Amino acid sequence: MPFQIKKNPKTYDVVIVGSGAGGGMAAHTLAQAGLKILLLEAGPMYDPAKNVMQLKWPWESPRRGASTKFRHFGDFDAAYGGWELEGEPYTHKNNTKFDWFRSRMLGGRTNHWGRISLRFGPKDFKRKSIDGLGDDWPIGYDDVAPYYDKVDKLIGVFGSKENLPNDPDSIFLPPPKPRLHELFIKEAGTALNIPVIPSRLSILTKPINKDRGACFFCSQCNRGCTVYGDFSSSSVLVNPALKTGNVDLVTNAMAREVLTDSEGKPTGVSYVSKDDMQEYTVTGKVIVLAASACESARLLLNSKSSKHPNGLANASNIAGKYLHDSTGAGMGGILPKLVGRKRYNEDGVGGMHVYTPWWLDNKKLDFARGYHIEYYGGMGMPGYGFGFGIQGTNGKYPGRDGKQKEAGGYGASLKDDYRYFYGAHFGMDGRGEAIAREDNYCEIDPNTVDKYGIPVLRFHYKWSDHEVKQAKHMKDTFREIIHKMGGVVTWGDNDGPENEYGLQAPGRIIHEVGTTRMGNDPKKSVLNKFNQAHECKNLFVMDGGPFVSQADKNPTWTILALAMRASEYLIDEMKKQNL
Amino acid sequence: MDRRKYLKTLAVGTVGVAAAAGLIESCKPEEKKSEVTNAPTIDRTPDELKNDHQLQTEKFFDEHEMATLAVLADIIIPKDETSGSATDAKVPDFIEFIVKDMPHHQTPMRGGLKWLDLQCVHQYNNAFVDCPRAQQIELIDQIAYPEKAKPEMQPGVAFFNLMRDLTATGFFTSQIGIDDLGYVGNRPNQWDGVPQEVLTQYGLKYDQKTLDECVKFDN
Repeated sequence: MPFQIKKNPKTYDVVIVGSGAGGGMAAHTLAQAGLKILLLEAGPMYDPAKNVMQLKWPWESPRRGASTKFRHFGDFDAAYGGWELEGEPYTHKNNTKFDWFRSRMLGGRTNHWGRISLRFGPKDFKRKSIDGLGDDWPIGYDDVAPYYDKVDKLIGVFGSKENLPNDPDSIFLPPPKPRLHELFIKEAGTALNIPVIPSRLSILTKPINKDRGACFFCSQCNRGCTVYGDFSSSSVLVNPALKTGNVDLVTNAMAREVLTDSEGKPTGVSYVSKDDMQEYTVTGKVIVLAASACESARLLLNSKSSKHPNGLANASNIAGKYLHDSTGAGMGGILPKLVGRKRYNEDGVGGMHVYTPWWLDNKKLDFARGYHIEYYGGMGMPGYGFGFGIQGTNGKYPGRDGKQKEAGGYGASLKDDYRYFYGAHFGMDGRGEAIAREDNYCEIDPNTVDKYGIPVLRFHYKWSDHEVKQAKHMKDTFREIIHKMGGVVTWGDNDGPENEYGLQAPGRIIHEVGTTRMGNDPKKSVLNKFNQAHECKNLFVMDGGPFVSQADKNPTWTILALAMRASEYLIDEMKKQNL
Repeated sequence: MDRRKYLKTLAVGTVGVAAAAGLIESCKPEEKKSEVTNAPTIDRTPDELKNDHQLQTEKFFDEHEMATLAVLADIIIPKDETSGSATDAKVPDFIEFIVKDMPHHQTPMRGGLKWLDLQCVHQYNNAFVDCPRAQQIELIDQIAYPEKAKPEMQPGVAFFNLMRDLTATGFFTSQIGIDDLGYVGNRPNQWDGVPQEVLTQYGLKYDQKTLDECVKFDN
C-alpha cells in the first residue's frame, strides 16, 4: 500500500488530545457551549459500566488479582498500562531515575486514581513568596476558587468542614464514618497533635443527579464503578460530552505532532491510528493538549517547524522543564489489639475514610514543603500476596491460646494463624510536595523512537535535599503514630540516608506536573495564566503541565478546575474572535 | 450456568471472545460446562485474553512435581473443622498457573522440589511423595521453622517459605478460603460505621462532630 496521509475533511472548532481529567473537562465544557469538538484518545474505548471488574471475586482472576504487564495495578484494576508500555520506551539521562506511568484508554489515569480530591490552598500558589524556592503562580487561590466550587458541584466530593487555612473546604457531600483502625489512628494522631480528619474523595455518598448512582460501599473504585458512583473522566465528563452531539471521539489515535501553517500558527494534529496503522490529520481552529504533562510536552517538542525550531511554543526553552512528581514514603505494621477480631463488612468507600493534611510550619523544619498522610488497613478482600511472610508475624505474638509459637510452621495451627492475624495489618503513606527545578526535565531523545516512529522522551530527575529530609520526617512521624497506637512496625523502618529514607523514585506517585508551566513572563514560562501558549493564541495545555508547583495535594482537582477555567476563557476569546 | 443464561451474559459483554469460540466448538454438555467455567468473567483486553489463553495451554510442572505439590499443600493447609484442604481449594492448579505467569518463581519452585526429593532420598531412600507420612513430616519439620532450622537446611527453608506463601494465597483467595476467613464484603451495602458491639469491645465511640457530619441512611 502506498504511504499516504488521510485528511479529515471537517474543520473542528477545537481538537483535544487526551481524554483524562483535563481533556475530559475541556470536552465537557466546550461541547456544552456548542463548539464542535474532535477528541483524540491514544487508547481504546472504555466504560466502567461495560468493562466490568466490580464485585468480582479473587478466583475470577487466574492470578488472583496480581499485577501483570497489561495492568500494573493488578488484574482487577480498571487502568490499562503502567510504567512500561510495549513498544513505547522512554530513556534516562546521566543514570537518573524517572518512572513514567501511562494509561492509554478513554479516561486515562482517572480510571485508577485514589479519588483524593484536594483543593490547593492560598499558600500553594505563592510558595516562592514564602520560602524563596521555585516560583509563584501567576494566579492565586481566589482566581481558582469559583472553579473549584463548580467542579465540586458537577462531579461531587465528600469531606468535612474544617476551616483550615491552607486546605480549603469544598462543597462537600457527607463523609463515611471512620473504620476501626482509622479510629485508632485518629486517637493516636490527636494525642500527638497530628490532625486526622475525614478524607476528601470524589465518591458520591449521596446521589447528585440522575445519570450517576450513589456509592454502595464496595471499596473498589480502582476497578471502575458500574453505577458511576465515583469520578472517572469517561463516565462523568466524556459520556455527557458525547451526548451533546458536538463531540467526535477517535480512539486508538496516537498523536504525533501539532501541525502549523507557514506563519507558525497551529492548524491541526497528525496522528497514527492503532487500528489500521495509517496516518491521519485533522484540522481545528484551536488545539488543546491534555495528553498528560509529559506527553503534552513531548508533542510540543516534537512539533518543530521553521517558525518553531525549538518545538512549538517553546522559544523560552522551558517546555519539558520543571518536571516534578509528589514525594512518597510509607510504613506499615500490625496492631496486636486487632488480632482475632470480630468479622463484619468494613469495605467502605474505595480508599481511606480519614487522612492527615499537612499540619506543621516549615520555618521550624529543615525542609521546605509539606506532605499529607494517607492511611489504609482492615479486613479487605484477599488477593494475590495474602498471607505472604507469615513467618515474620506468627512467631512474634502469642497465639489464640496465649502461647508463643515458633515462627513459620504448617498444618492446622498455621491455618488458624492466617485467620487470627487477618485484619490486624495497617499502613500509611506520605505524599509530599517536591520543589520544581529547571534541572528536572524531560526532553526528546535524539536517538530513540517508539513503534510509531515518534521520538521518545528522555528524563533527567534528581531529588534535592528538601525532598530527602521530608521523607525522613515522614518516617519519623509514621513510627511515632504506629507506636502511639500500640502497633508494631513490620515494614518500612529500615531506611536511612543510603536509600534516601525510602523516598520513592520520581514518577512512582504518578502526580507528575510542571512541564509546560504558566507564568506572566514568556521567557520563563510556556503558557499564560489561562493555560494559553504565549506564542500561539489558539494553543492551550490543560493537563498537569501548566502547574508552577504541585502543593502537598493530589493534582486532579486542580487540573479539573484549571481546565474548566481555561475552557471558559477559550469560549469567551472565541466569541470575541481573538483566536 | 445454562446456555441461555450464558449467552445472555455474553450479550452484555462480560464474557470474552475466546470463550465464545470455545463454546461453539463444544457439543457434549459436560464439555460445555468446562468451557463456561474457563470463560473469563472479568474485563479482558484482546492482549490479555491471548496471554491468559497461552498460559493456560502451557504446562510447567510434570506429574511427579504436581503430586509433590499436592502433598505439600495439604501439609501446609489441611482440612480442619472449619474448611477443606488446600487441594480441595485447587491450590496446586493455582501454583501451576502462577509460576507460568510469574517466571521468577519457576526456578525456586522446581529447584526446591528437586532439593526436597534429594534430601528424602539421602535420609529415607525415597522420593518425598513415596515416603510414609511420618518421614514426610520429619523432613518438613527440618525446613518449616526458619529460626531454628539448621544452616545446611537453608535451601529447604527458602523453598518452604515460598511454598507456604503460594499455598496460603491460593487457598485464601479461593471460595473455600474466603468463607473460612469470614470476609463478608464485596457486596452492595450501606457503611454506617463500626458495629456498636465492636466499639464497645474496644471502649470506643464516635465523637459528636463525626456523628453530625457523616453520611446517614434512611433505613
